[in-house]
Amino acid sequence: MTANRLAESLLALSQQEELADLPKDYLLSESEDEGDNDGERKHQKLLEAISSLDGKNRRKLAERSEASLKVSEFSVSSEGSGEKLVLADLLEPVKTSSSLATVKKQLSRVKSKKTVELPLNKEEIERIHREVAFNKTAQVLSKWDPVVLKNRQAEQLVFPLEKEEPAIAPIEHVLSGWKARTPLEQEIFNLLHKNKQPVTDPLLTPVEKASLRAMSLEEAKMRRAELQRARALQSYYEAKARREKKIKSKKYHKVVKKGKAKKALKEFEQLRKVNPAAALEELEKIEKARMMERMSLKHQNSGKWAKSKAIMAKYDLEARQAMQEQLSKNKELTQKLQVASESEEEEGGTEDVEELLVPDVVNEVQMNADGPNPWMLRSCTSDTKEAATQEDPEQLPELAAHEVSASGAEERPVAEEEILLREFEERQSLRKRSELNQDAEPASSQETKDSSSQEVLSELRALSQKLKEKHQSRKQKASSEGTVPQVQREEPAPEEEEPLLLQRPERVQTLEELEELGKEDCFQNKELPRPLLEGQQSERTPNNRPDAPKEKKEKEQLINLQNFLTTQSPSVRSLAVPTIIEELEDEEERNHRQMIKEAFAGDDVIRDFLKEKREAVEASKPKDVDLTLPGWGEWGGVGLKPSAKKRRQFLIKAPEGPPRKDKNLPNVIISEKRNIHAAAHQVQVLPYPFTHHRQFERTIQTPIGSTWNTQRAFQKLTTPKVVTKPGHIIKPIKAEDVGYQSSSRSDLPVIQRNPKRITTRHNKEEKL
Amino acid sequence: MKVKMLSRNPDNYVRETKLDLQRVPRNYDPALHPFEVPREYVRALNATKLERVFAKPFLASLDGHRDGVNCLAKHPENLATVLSGACDGEVRIWNLTQRNCIRTIQAHEGFVRGICTRFCGTSFFTVGDDKTVKQWKMDGPGYGDEEEPLHTILGKTVYTGIDHHWKEAVFATCGQQVDIWDEQRTNPICSMTWGFDSISSVKFNPIETFLLGSCASDRNIVLYDMRQATPLKKVILDMRTNTICWNPMEAFIFTAANEDYNLYTFDMRALDTPVMVHMDHVSAVLDVDYSPTGKEFVSASFDKSIRIFPVDKSRSREVYHTKRMQHVICVKWTSDSKYIMCGSDEMNIRLWKANASEKLGVLTSREKAAKDYNQKLKEKFQHYPHIKRIARHRHLPKSIYSQIQEQRIMKEARRRKEVNRIKHSKPGSVPIVSEKKKHVVAVVK
Repeated sequence: MTANRLAESLLALSQQEELADLPKDYLLSESEDEGDNDGERKHQKLLEAISSLDGKNRRKLAERSEASLKVSEFSVSSEGSGEKLVLADLLEPVKTSSSLATVKKQLSRVKSKKTVELPLNKEEIERIHREVAFNKTAQVLSKWDPVVLKNRQAEQLVFPLEKEEPAIAPIEHVLSGWKARTPLEQEIFNLLHKNKQPVTDPLLTPVEKASLRAMSLEEAKMRRAELQRARALQSYYEAKARREKKIKSKKYHKVVKKGKAKKALKEFEQLRKVNPAAALEELEKIEKARMMERMSLKHQNSGKWAKSKAIMAKYDLEARQAMQEQLSKNKELTQKLQVASESEEEEGGTEDVEELLVPDVVNEVQMNADGPNPWMLRSCTSDTKEAATQEDPEQLPELAAHEVSASGAEERPVAEEEILLREFEERQSLRKRSELNQDAEPASSQETKDSSSQEVLSELRALSQKLKEKHQSRKQKASSEGTVPQVQREEPAPEEEEPLLLQRPERVQTLEELEELGKEDCFQNKELPRPLLEGQQSERTPNNRPDAPKEKKEKEQLINLQNFLTTQSPSVRSLAVPTIIEELEDEEERNHRQMIKEAFAGDDVIRDFLKEKREAVEASKPKDVDLTLPGWGEWGGVGLKPSAKKRRQFLIKAPEGPPRKDKNLPNVIISEKRNIHAAAHQVQVLPYPFTHHRQFERTIQTPIGSTWNTQRAFQKLTTPKVVTKPGHIIKPIKAEDVGYQSSSRSDLPVIQRNPKRITTRHNKEEKL
Repeated sequence: MKVKMLSRNPDNYVRETKLDLQRVPRNYDPALHPFEVPREYVRALNATKLERVFAKPFLASLDGHRDGVNCLAKHPENLATVLSGACDGEVRIWNLTQRNCIRTIQAHEGFVRGICTRFCGTSFFTVGDDKTVKQWKMDGPGYGDEEEPLHTILGKTVYTGIDHHWKEAVFATCGQQVDIWDEQRTNPICSMTWGFDSISSVKFNPIETFLLGSCASDRNIVLYDMRQATPLKKVILDMRTNTICWNPMEAFIFTAANEDYNLYTFDMRALDTPVMVHMDHVSAVLDVDYSPTGKEFVSASFDKSIRIFPVDKSRSREVYHTKRMQHVICVKWTSDSKYIMCGSDEMNIRLWKANASEKLGVLTSREKAAKDYNQKLKEKFQHYPHIKRIARHRHLPKSIYSQIQEQRIMKEARRRKEVNRIKHSKPGSVPIVSEKKKHVVAVVK
C-alpha cells in the first residue's frame, strides 16, 4: 500500500520536476545538454526515493511540501485549481457562516506574523553585550581626549591640580585681633576713626548715610527726569546741527551766514539804543572773538574779523580807537616774529585804489635789484612795467625804505626756496646718474635728458606746488599785517574792497612764479635760449643786471652737478695686502709703533702666517699616487731610477679638489679637516623630535641662562615641566577639575539597583 | 688743580631694606657675553656630572616583617602612613617620617594576598590565603582590647587580590572570578567572569571609577564595566601579566607588568597595539605603580631591581638596586610623587627618592632657580654624546649586567635571523611585525 502510494507520488514528483524545471532552464540556458542534465537529475531523485524506501527517511518524505496531483493525507496540494492554497480555504467547504470570519481574520494575522527566530546561544549574547558595553565605555572615555592632550602638551603642570580654596576669614575676625603698630598703620586707623568709618561692619559710613538721607525719592526722580530732558534736547540739537552741517549747498550756507550777520547787527543796534552798557559788553565780546581769531592766525579777509570791524567802524569811534590800540599791541606782539617787517601788500593797502598793483610790482622789481630771489627774475610783465611808469616820484624814497624791510621779510622764504631748489637739483642729478649708469654712454646724455624731461617736469610741478604754498602762507601773513597800518593812519579807505585788494597781488605773484618755474625747467632740460622776455627785462630794469650772472651761476652749478656725477669714483684700495702700513703723523704713535717693532723685532708675524698658510694649502692638496715599482721590467739597483716613461705611466694624478674656502681671504686659514677632539662633543645624528638640523641648531644657539637673558625671560625659559608641592597629596584627576560634569549616576551595577533581579541571579548562580 | 670725582646717586644701588635683593647692574649686550653655546654646554656637562654625584636615592629601610613583603598600600589621606602585608599573614602599618612600625596585625593564615585602603582612610581591607576578606580599622584598638577585624567575609575560593572603589563603599576581589562587593553585604553584588583561570590582580580605574582591569594567569588582561556588570574586552599577550596599573591622569591608559620582562602601556580603547613597550628589566616584572602626576611609573622586578620609566619612553630613566634587596614583589609611588616604596622578598620595605639627586627639604628661591636652570640645560644638551653618556651611566650588579649583555646578544640573534628570513624569502611573504605588535597575541571582543 505504502509502496504503491510512494510510486504514485514519485511519478507526480517527476512530472512536477519537469514542469518546474522547464521555465528555469529556458531562462537560464539554451544549450544542448539540458536534456541530459534533466535526465540526470530525475535519475538522482529516483535513486533517492528508492533509497528512502527502507523506512528511515519515510517520515521526511511524507513531510515534503511540494504539491502533487494526487491528494495525499500527508500533504496538501492545490495543483489542480492552479492557485495557491490559502489557509482560509480550508474552512470553505463547511457552511459559510459569519462566525468563521473572525477565525479567518485571526488566521491571516497569524500568517502575517513572522516566526520568532531562535534565540542565540549564550556566548553569542554575551559577546554582543560586551561589544555594546565596550563601545559605550569607549565613548565615555573619549571625553577625556582633549584633557589628556592638553596635559601632555602643557608647558607646565602644577600638581595638585585642584586649587585649594584659601579660607577667607571675615574682616571682623581679622580686625579684632589687630593692633596698629607701625606709624603708617596708626595713621590709617586715625583717619578711619576720624571719618567714623565702621571698622568691623562693612556697611555705609555715617556720611554716606547722611548723603542718602539728604535727597528724597521724589526729588531724585524729578532731577533725573530733568536731566533726561536736558540730555534729550541736547541730542536733538546736535542732530539738527549735524543735519544742517551736512547740507552741501554753498548758497544755503551763504544765506544762513548772511542772515546770522544781519541778525547780530540788528540786535546790536537795538541793544545800543536800549542799553549802551550791554552793547559795550557785546562789543567786548566781539572783540574777544576777534582776539581769539587773531590768536588762531586765521586771517582771511572775508572772515568774521572784517565784518565785526565793519560794524564797529560804522557805529563806535571810541571802540575803534580802543581797537586800534589793541591792534597796535597786537602788531607789537607780532613784530617780535618779524622785526620791522611791512610787506608790500601793506604798502598797497595804503595806496589809492587805482594804484592797486603798484606796490607789489615795485617791490618785486626792487627785490630783483637786491637779487636774493632768482625766481623773481623774469616776473616783470607788461603790467609791471606800466606800474613802474605810473609810480609817483614822491613815493620812491618811501619805497626805498620799504625795500629794506621787504628784503628782510623775504630772506627766510628765499632760503627755503634755495633749499627746495637744491633738493630738486639733487633729485635730478640722481636720476641722471642712474640713467647714465644704465646707458653707460656719456654721449647719449643729451638724449637721456630729453627722455627724462617728462619726469623732471612732473618733479618740477610738484616742487612748484610746494613753492606756491610757501608763498601763499607768506602772503597771508603779509596781508594780515597789511591791514594794520591802514587803521593806524586812519585813512578813509574803502573797507569793502579791501579783501579783493589783498587777494589779487598774491594770486598774480603765484602765477608768475609758476611761469618762472616753467621757464627754469626749459632752461635746465632743453637748453633753450633764453626767451626774449629776459632781454626786455634787462633793458627795462637796469637794476636787474647784477642778478643775471647769479642765475647763470646757478645754471652752471646744475651742470656742474651733472659733471660731478659723471666723474668716476676714486679707485678702492685693494684689500689683498694683509696689513696696510699707514703713515702716521703723530709722533707719539710712531714712537709707540717703533717700540712694538723693537719688542717684536725677531718675529715676522706676517711672513710666518703666510708660510703657515702655504703649508696648510699644500697639506690639504690631494696627493698623486706613484705606483712605479723600481726594477720591474728593467734593471734595478742603487743609482738606477725607473725610466721617465714608466714613472709617467704609473703615476696616478689626484683629481683637483674643491677650491679652498679661504682662497680669497688672504689673512685667514680655514681648516676643512674634521677636528676629532671637537667631534667627540658634537651631535652626530639629528635627534628625534627635530626634523631639520637647523631647528636643532637654533634651539642650541639660543642661550637660556641669566647671563644672556633678563630675569623675567630667564624665569620663563627655565620653568619646569612638572611642579609638585612637597607634602601635598596629588589625587587622581577628576571630571570636576577639568570642567566636566561628573556623572551623578552611581557606579554600582545595574542589578544592584533593582534588587528583584539580583535575587534571581543569585539563585541561578547558586544552582550552578 | 681740578679734582674730578665720580658722583653717584645712592638710590641706584642702596637697598631700601636689608631684605631686598642686592641690585646687580647688568649689561645684556651680547658682545660682552660671547661663547654662549660653549659656556652653556660646559654648564650642562657640570650639571649632569653633579647630578650623578648627588644621586643617592636610597633613604631608609623599614624592617620588621618576618617574611617576604607581599603587598603594599598607601594611606589616601596621610602621606606618612603605609600598610604592608607579608607572606606570613602579618599586616604592618608604618610611619614613614619616624621610619618605624606603628602597628602589627596577624591578619591571615598564610599569605596576605592583597591589601587596600578605603578611600576615606578610616579602614582597610585584606585578603589572604585563608579564603577570607577582612576589614580593619585604621586606628588601633584601645588599650587592653583585642585586635579584631571590623568584618570578615568567608569565601569559597582563595582571593588573590583586592582593590577598593575610589568613591563608593564598594570593593572588588579577584580569584576564580572578579567579585564586586558592597561593604555591608556578605555576598558579592555581582560576579564577572570570562574564561576559567585564576585572576591575579584587579584594579579600579581612578578616574572613570566604574571601570576595572584584571589580569589572569591565562595570559590575558580583561577589562570590566561595573555599571553594566559585564566584561568589555580581553587582550591576550605572549606571557602572563602579573598586575596592571591605571594612569591617574589619563583615564584610558593603563600599564601592564608582564612576565616577559616588559611592561606594556595600553590605550584601553585600542588594545590590539600597545601605546608603548617598556623594556629594560631582565626578569619578570612583578608590580607597577604610576606616579600621581601620571608622567612616570615605577616597576618592580624579579631581577632584584626597580626601574622608573617615563610613560612615553620605552627605556627606563632610572634603576634602583641594593646588594641586599632580593626579588622585589611590590612597589608603590607615594601620593606626593616624591618617594617610592618597594617591598621585597627579604622582608624589608625600602624607601627611595623618586629623583635620585633631588635635594630634600625646603629650597631657597636661588637654589630653586639654579635647579630649574640646570634641569633645562640638561634637557637642552641631552643629545650631546658626552652628556648623554654621563646621564645614562648607571652601576648595575653583576647579575643584571651580564643578563643584559646576554639578552642583547639573544635579541640581536633573533633580529638577524628575521632579517635573513626576510632576505631569503619571496618579498612580502614574511610580514614585518613591529615590536609593539609582536607581543599581542589576540584581542577578544
